Amino acid sequence: MNVITTSNLSKVYDEGPVPVYAVNGVDLEIKKGEFTAIVGPSGSGKTTLLNIIGGLDKASSGGVKIGSTEIENLSANELIDFRLRNIGFVFQSYNLIPVLTAKENTEFIMLLQNTPKAERDKRVESLLAEVGLEDRMNNRPTELSGGQQQRVAVARALASKPQFILADEPTANLDSKSTANLLDIMLKLNKEEDTTFVFSTHDQRVIDRARRIITLEDGKIISDEKQHVQ
Amino acid sequence: MFLKLAWRNIWRNKRRTAITLGSIFFAVILSTLMSSIKEGVYVNMIKNSAGDFYGYAQIQLKGYNEEKTLDYSFEFTDEVKNAVGSESAIEESLPRLESFALASHKTVSKGALVVGVNPEKEKLGTQLHNRVVEGEYLTQNDNEVLIGDGLAEYMNVTVGDTIVLLGQGYHGVSAAGKYRIKGIVKFGSPEISKQVVFLPLKTAQTLYGAENLITNLVLQVNSANAGIKVAKKLKTQLPENLVAYDWQELNPGLVKMIETDRTEGYVFMFILYLVISFGIFGTILMMLAERKHEFGVLVAIGMKRFQLAVLVWLEVISISVLGAIVGVIGALPVCFYLYFSPIKLGDELKQMTEEYGLEAVLQPSVAPEIFINQGIIVFCLAATIAIYPLIKLLSIDAIKQMRS
Ligand SMILES: Nc1ncnc2c1ncn2[C@@H]1O[C@H](COP(=O)(O)OP(=O)(O)OP(=O)(O)O)[C@@H](O)[C@H]1O
Ligand SMILES: [Mg+2]
Repeated sequence: MNVITTSNLSKVYDEGPVPVYAVNGVDLEIKKGEFTAIVGPSGSGKTTLLNIIGGLDKASSGGVKIGSTEIENLSANELIDFRLRNIGFVFQSYNLIPVLTAKENTEFIMLLQNTPKAERDKRVESLLAEVGLEDRMNNRPTELSGGQQQRVAVARALASKPQFILADEPTANLDSKSTANLLDIMLKLNKEEDTTFVFSTHDQRVIDRARRIITLEDGKIISDEKQHVQ
Repeated sequence: MFLKLAWRNIWRNKRRTAITLGSIFFAVILSTLMSSIKEGVYVNMIKNSAGDFYGYAQIQLKGYNEEKTLDYSFEFTDEVKNAVGSESAIEESLPRLESFALASHKTVSKGALVVGVNPEKEKLGTQLHNRVVEGEYLTQNDNEVLIGDGLAEYMNVTVGDTIVLLGQGYHGVSAAGKYRIKGIVKFGSPEISKQVVFLPLKTAQTLYGAENLITNLVLQVNSANAGIKVAKKLKTQLPENLVAYDWQELNPGLVKMIETDRTEGYVFMFILYLVISFGIFGTILMMLAERKHEFGVLVAIGMKRFQLAVLVWLEVISISVLGAIVGVIGALPVCFYLYFSPIKLGDELKQMTEEYGLEAVLQPSVAPEIFINQGIIVFCLAATIAIYPLIKLLSIDAIKQMRS
């Protein structure tokens, strides 16, 4: 079953002298358990596409289905609630609430979901252990490295038990060691928990480890390949 | 968790928080001190010009309060005694016969307020005997008088001298009498000191040809508020022709003066708080701009805009209320210190205050309302100002916030 389906998805910015097609007629199907990289030159529409899929931005035409929900039919407030329950987000940087510790940041999303305290505590510990931060639980973001912060962001994204995780250039601000480490964790989660990841990247080392690579250019999909990695 | 988050957010930018807290602190401390001192002056004023002499409540014949002549005098009957006696708040009831007369000694004459009193009762009630600064206190059957120190000074008389009182008695008979000065009394209110002459009730009744009659029954209670309560209660219990007044009804001029002065204080406070509000508002604008990205992330990951708005609202309220609490705590020791050891004003100020009929002492009020009111004002202000971010955040858009 498809987790994400887009049909003839387009986004036009026509404030300027000529209209810009940031996303141009994209048909895309992503299944449960896939590990997909969206690549392409700067300005090719990666961020715009991910934002529309994540319900953060509205398409000009075409539709997005998450599971069986057509998200363009949701009101702004319903959409926020839908994101909370179905989509995990990891942004490029400054993902975390600065005044909360790693543990509290991870717990926060479950609080928004009204998860009972006992379950929250249990889950936070196992999630942070999975991303290798069991000994940094009580540190605030400023006391963590960029890579550690992104790992907390992944733990937080997972905490809501989403259908998939969207990440826009999650490694863009990381050094190569942290990048490799974050990818190890993402791949492990993908393998062991069947977590679906969709992320954009510029980084060849990240692209090399993706299972499926979708290449965009001027808002259009120009290639969609599977590659085998271990 | 929300409270914890709000609390920690407040302390994120310590310097900004300190500046905001500081400005609220100073505004609160300033206006608390101001109200406290002003209210203290009012209490003092009410006590001196009303409580100490006229009492906080009185019973009079209907009409006397409007036209103060002996023709509106009445008998202190058992019926009145019973009505008054049933009121436990009344510590003492003091019958008086009051009228104006011309007091003269040698070539000097001056209008005087002649008050016939029951010396024993006044001793228990207004403690008139404690006001005697020269000579001796009255007894029941004396044919002598006590006069205010201001009046004595004006007429250049002292204990042992004789004054002549000349006036109009009951139902137009003429009243005249010669009395030796037995003592001189001093009042907090210079206005009273300058015109009062006391003599025993019986002597006054004889002077005015008003046997067994009184014009006022002063009800001795322990506070201004008790006076208001007692008068209100008695209004329904007294015989038809009598009426109970509280000190406000007896001294409309005083009440008006206090109200005017209080309003001036409110205007000052309003301006002060207006300035502070702009400060708080500026802080909020800065904070909203600084945390744009963070708010975007929060809404993106699924925090409801309403929850976010409440969070920020809580932050604004907590910092303001905190400032108010700290301000009140700062003002409290000063107010209490001055309350227990009031400042005696210097000569220059003394003259000025006396012109207003005030005692030259500065003793702030420590009534809890003063402090609670400051807290309420700041809370209401902050709650109002915080509506702005509330509305802004209720309609924010995640990616617009994050892009900046
Ligand atoms: N708010 C906007 N208004 C106008 N044009 C926009 C807006 N956002 C994006 N665009 C345009 O849409 C196109 C796609 O932008 P997008 O950010 O999706 O590219 P991207 O592939 O993520 O690029 P990068 O790799 O640099 O992040 C670009 O040409 C960009 O200029
Ligand atoms: Mg981008």
